[in-house]
Amino acid sequence: MGKDEKSKPKKVRLIMHLGRFLVSHCVLVSILCCSAGYATLLLLPILAKNTYISENALMPGSADPMFSVQDTELANRLVKDIVGNRSVAKNRLEIIRLIADNMAAVGAEVYFHKTYPQNHQFHPLHFFSDPERDSSRDNGSCTAVGISCVGIIRAPRGDGKESIVLVTPYNSDEIELSEATTLGLAFSIFSLLSRVTWLAKDIIWLAADTRHGEYNSVSTWLRDYHNPIFFNTGACAEKDFSSFRRAGTMAAALVLRVKDKEDGSEMDSLTIRAEASNGQMPNLDLINIVHLLAVHRQALHVKIGTFSSLHGSTFLKAVGETLEWLSRFAGSFNPQWAFGVPASDYVKGTATLASSIYSQALGVPTGSHGAFRDYQIDAIALEVSPRNSLDFDFGRSAILLKGGRLIEGVIRSVNNLLEKFHQSFFLYLLTSPNRFVSVGVYMIAFALLVAPFPIAAAALFSEDQETHPADSTHLTATKDHRWRWLHAARAVFLVHLWAAIVSLLPYLIYRLPILTSDRRALTWVSLSIFSLLTLKHLWGSNHTPPSGWVSLKAVMISAAAVGLSLMSIINFSTAQIGAVLLVPLCLMVRPLRQSRALLLSACNVLLTVISFPPAASLVTKILLDGSGEFGIGSFWDWMEALWAWNSATYLYLLLVHLPCWVLCVHILLHP
Amino acid sequence: MAGFLPLLLLLLSNVLLRPVVATSGGSYGLGGGPEEFTEELLLKPLPDRKVLSHFHFESRTPPSSANGRHHSLFPKAIAQLANKFRIQELELSFTQGRWNYERWGGLDYISSANAKPPGVELWAIFDLPTDQIDATWKNLTHALSGLFCSSINFLESTTAFCAPRWSFKGHSINLRYGALPREAVCTENLTPWLKLLPCRDKAGLASLLDRSSIYKGYYHSQRLHLLSTKSTGIVLEQTLTVVIQPNPKTTPVFASEKLLQPNWSVSSVFKRAITGKCALSKSSKVFFELEKGLVGEMDRLVSSGSYLGESFDLSVSPNTIVREMDALDGHRDSVFFEYNIANHSETNPLDVGITWKLPLVWSNPQAPFHANRFLMGSGNERGSIAISLQSTQTIELSAYACMMQVVIFQMVPWYVRVYYHTLQILIDGKPQNVSDIVAKILVSPSEDKVAPGIMEIMLTIPCTTESAVLTMDFDKGFLHIDEYPPDANQGFDIPAAIISFPKLPAKDGILEGNMDRSPLLSKFQERNLVQSYTEVLLVPLTTPDFSMPYNVITFTCTVLALYFGSLLNVLRRRVAEEERLLSKAATSQGLLRKLISKFSSKFLGRNPGSTQTQSSPPTAGSGVLFKVIAVALLAVIWHYFLSDSSN
Repeated sequence: MGKDEKSKPKKVRLIMHLGRFLVSHCVLVSILCCSAGYATLLLLPILAKNTYISENALMPGSADPMFSVQDTELANRLVKDIVGNRSVAKNRLEIIRLIADNMAAVGAEVYFHKTYPQNHQFHPLHFFSDPERDSSRDNGSCTAVGISCVGIIRAPRGDGKESIVLVTPYNSDEIELSEATTLGLAFSIFSLLSRVTWLAKDIIWLAADTRHGEYNSVSTWLRDYHNPIFFNTGACAEKDFSSFRRAGTMAAALVLRVKDKEDGSEMDSLTIRAEASNGQMPNLDLINIVHLLAVHRQALHVKIGTFSSLHGSTFLKAVGETLEWLSRFAGSFNPQWAFGVPASDYVKGTATLASSIYSQALGVPTGSHGAFRDYQIDAIALEVSPRNSLDFDFGRSAILLKGGRLIEGVIRSVNNLLEKFHQSFFLYLLTSPNRFVSVGVYMIAFALLVAPFPIAAAALFSEDQETHPADSTHLTATKDHRWRWLHAARAVFLVHLWAAIVSLLPYLIYRLPILTSDRRALTWVSLSIFSLLTLKHLWGSNHTPPSGWVSLKAVMISAAAVGLSLMSIINFSTAQIGAVLLVPLCLMVRPLRQSRALLLSACNVLLTVISFPPAASLVTKILLDGSGEFGIGSFWDWMEALWAWNSATYLYLLLVHLPCWVLCVHILLHP
Repeated sequence: MAGFLPLLLLLLSNVLLRPVVATSGGSYGLGGGPEEFTEELLLKPLPDRKVLSHFHFESRTPPSSANGRHHSLFPKAIAQLANKFRIQELELSFTQGRWNYERWGGLDYISSANAKPPGVELWAIFDLPTDQIDATWKNLTHALSGLFCSSINFLESTTAFCAPRWSFKGHSINLRYGALPREAVCTENLTPWLKLLPCRDKAGLASLLDRSSIYKGYYHSQRLHLLSTKSTGIVLEQTLTVVIQPNPKTTPVFASEKLLQPNWSVSSVFKRAITGKCALSKSSKVFFELEKGLVGEMDRLVSSGSYLGESFDLSVSPNTIVREMDALDGHRDSVFFEYNIANHSETNPLDVGITWKLPLVWSNPQAPFHANRFLMGSGNERGSIAISLQSTQTIELSAYACMMQVVIFQMVPWYVRVYYHTLQILIDGKPQNVSDIVAKILVSPSEDKVAPGIMEIMLTIPCTTESAVLTMDFDKGFLHIDEYPPDANQGFDIPAAIISFPKLPAKDGILEGNMDRSPLLSKFQERNLVQSYTEVLLVPLTTPDFSMPYNVITFTCTVLALYFGSLLNVLRRRVAEEERLLSKAATSQGLLRKLISKFSSKFLGRNPGSTQTQSSPPTAGSGVLFKVIAVALLAVIWHYFLSDSSN
């Protein structure tokens, strides 16, 4: 190319040249990349594509549903029985016996599964690994078991290698009408499936007792299914594993729930939840078939999680209108160039997308379907809600018919499946039930945001190297100076070490006899500060040269880049949100005393405040709920939820975000 | 009999396509007994409202046929097969569905000999020197595959079959065993099987085999058993076991309707009645069996003693009633109602059926342990296989010595690498020392891409054991991309393991009132090895993305192009020459460039010299930037121009 001619005397390779060019224009490149990243993030709802069914074998809706009015009668009968039992005898076992009898009557194999209350404990080294069974149950809890009932229909002529799971949660302590309806619906489907001839996979119906938590109940059952222990240990030892029955590899799981009428709902609606732990999603095909059958066969209004508070956001509306105008403008030149969607759709899409990113980023499953993902089983939760109240027989029958036909269709589709779900996407974000952003698209925003990091680090490093030799003429000094970044690296390492200690502190705090979360949080904060001061006192460098912050910033940026990239592999959405918060802060941070521009300093201070994890969570809370009630205790609860669910977000917050923030503060306050 | 046979055979010869039989039919008696064919059907109500029908066809041929290579009744294809491959014993089964050991029983002849694992199972004992067996097995699989229109030939690969030493069908080193769990079974396998019968499905009991009703059942297993000895000749036993729901409900069934067993008859189950026997059969009978548990229950409920009529009605009264008596206590066992089809014809069809009068609940006799096998663990890396034995407690333990022998035979494909040293045995939830429990063990570990892993274990456990669990860990292997079968993402099958109880006391019931020996009833009286099959397992293995090769090809091509491009560049470039050329060009260079600079200087009102001197690195950079942007713009315009013009 032309560059070769110019640099005639010393030939420079193109890549080196480009690299140097980028480094020398670091500020411009950073600004460009960052703004492009933010712009892409805002464009994601427009870049979303319509979903489509990838796997041909699914054939959703190709057969007429067999679920009939008679089946709803069956469901209604069970609902009445359960409700009647509820009022007559306050006996929890009565309901489970009723369910078991009904299961057995349709020819299913029935057994019971027990769930014990579980207290979440902080196990510092158990992220990403199977939670260990705590055999240390106290005796009192053995009696307070939750009893789930499991029925299995063996597929006639099937080879029993695969199965489909249907989960219906119910609370045995206080069963509500909606839960009874859920059980009735599941039973009518179950009874239908025991009569059909097309079944190729076994059907497991788990009526999960939510007495000790819905997730807990489902996950203990799954653990006993996949990793049973045969030893008779512990206080509650019983030979209950002997009756445990299995039905092969699980192909898919549906968590079913009927909700009572919501205020203001004009249509029968269906809510789909799919997020599992650490942002894992089920195969998109599963959501696709549910959506297709619900919308095109049963005329249900399909909803997915969304931030309704964002619907009224003026900023989003403005962006949407601008994009719409731009699209119309482009369309006036060439109709094909029109890319946009209507502003209202854009706002809705953004709100849904934000919710999708947020719930993936939290890393906490949105329901008991998340337990299945830990065993690589695709699972979603379906929540059917009627137009009319469940109290009326008519409303109940209508929703039972629709729900039954929907579930039957979904099960029939999955039953058709020859292979496990693998055709469609696993990495995606939803902007509406039928629109998705695939990994190839949403990667761009993150890549653009993180791209300035290595460039900025290199630029800072070279700046540091260039400025310093000038003032030190001694040979030893220059040699010492060349390795000066190691001092910075040591400081960064110390801060990361501190962060690791902070992340383990909850383990200690749990041992202390402190009960309220406020106090626990305060202990955590004070212990953290104390340990930071101790570390600084022990190894802290007291001879940081005035310009040391440049190399410190370079090393910090590199560390943040590595952390963010690693996190993007584990949980992409966390990394995405993290990048949105961290990137401008890391790039812009400068010592307040040295910066002349007031605007820059103001930006720095603002970003520093926002990026502080508790502050960030407060801001999100205000943005989403509009409620400003936020104590330090609720932050502790939030963090507690993160580690209780083994969320990698906890690790990210404490091992990547927090040290980065501390270092930024350090640089800001640099003399 | 010999008198009318030639005539009849002539009539049927268009069906049989074997005209030579007619001429030779009369000369049976000379070669050590004639060829024989018998057909029998056993019907039995099952406790879970289903009906078991078991067709039993038996053909025999004497060791040396008087007709040379020809046969009158015996299928020639099978005789040739037996002779060519020197088969001592062979069993081939095609099965769809699973035998429900808990509800349909696990102790009697039907469940121990006719309950088979899903798919195809083949084993054979050869009368050959050991070194020829593997080659003969391969040929046999191909022959059978052609004969039965199925992919039995997949068993020829050494990774698919094995040679169990003592855990399966006694001690024989000439035995080969193979199973294809994924083989689909359909009418195309049944038709060649029916062709082996002298009357096919045109007459006799086989005419009941209405395809749509037998394939609609819950279990369907067609079996072919061949026994060839020097003394008795070849005995071919063809059985078909079907479990059918008599009148399937399409509407929801309420609990109240469940009390009474469904009434059914042959015509309601098979959509046709029995219209006479196969003229070539020596005997042709239908048995209606009432299980021991059912008889006991009826005895309890009906005091008068004759439960026939009190608790149920048979649509046709039986010719004979055969009672099985327990040899030990003389207690009444199962009851067989026998019907002879010879008395029935087209105009007087036999339609055996049952009408229940009392609601009855009973259970079938169970094997001492109910076996289950399942996978543990998740993920694509490793897992464990667990075999669990649950006591069924139906056998009176005091009756015999209180140590139970359980033999487990399991074949595992090589890509599931079982670590046999991790074998753990737990009895009643307590880990046991393997050497205390295992009486005998033979393990041959798998060899990658060569041989499957085999485990043969004999456990000696107390009869009072409630549960026993064996677990073994395994690693999942990687397959080469062309070794993946179609639909690889489904996972890979581990064939069913076989659990047998060799020391279980033989069921030596005495049949009362059995005048002429029926081959089917004699099977019931024989000492049958009680065995059951576990489930087939599905192991998900790591599967490559099969669309990946495209990406790989594009990537490698790009890399190769870059590599060769730069290599060529380096090889053919002469640096000295280039420099000379460049310096030459520098003097005369840039007519275009001079022009541009001149223009720009004129345009900007500067002299060209000053711009030359000002070209510091940043401006050079911006020049490059400008060029890059210009090229990008050009590309965008070009793209849209192209896409517009193409539309």
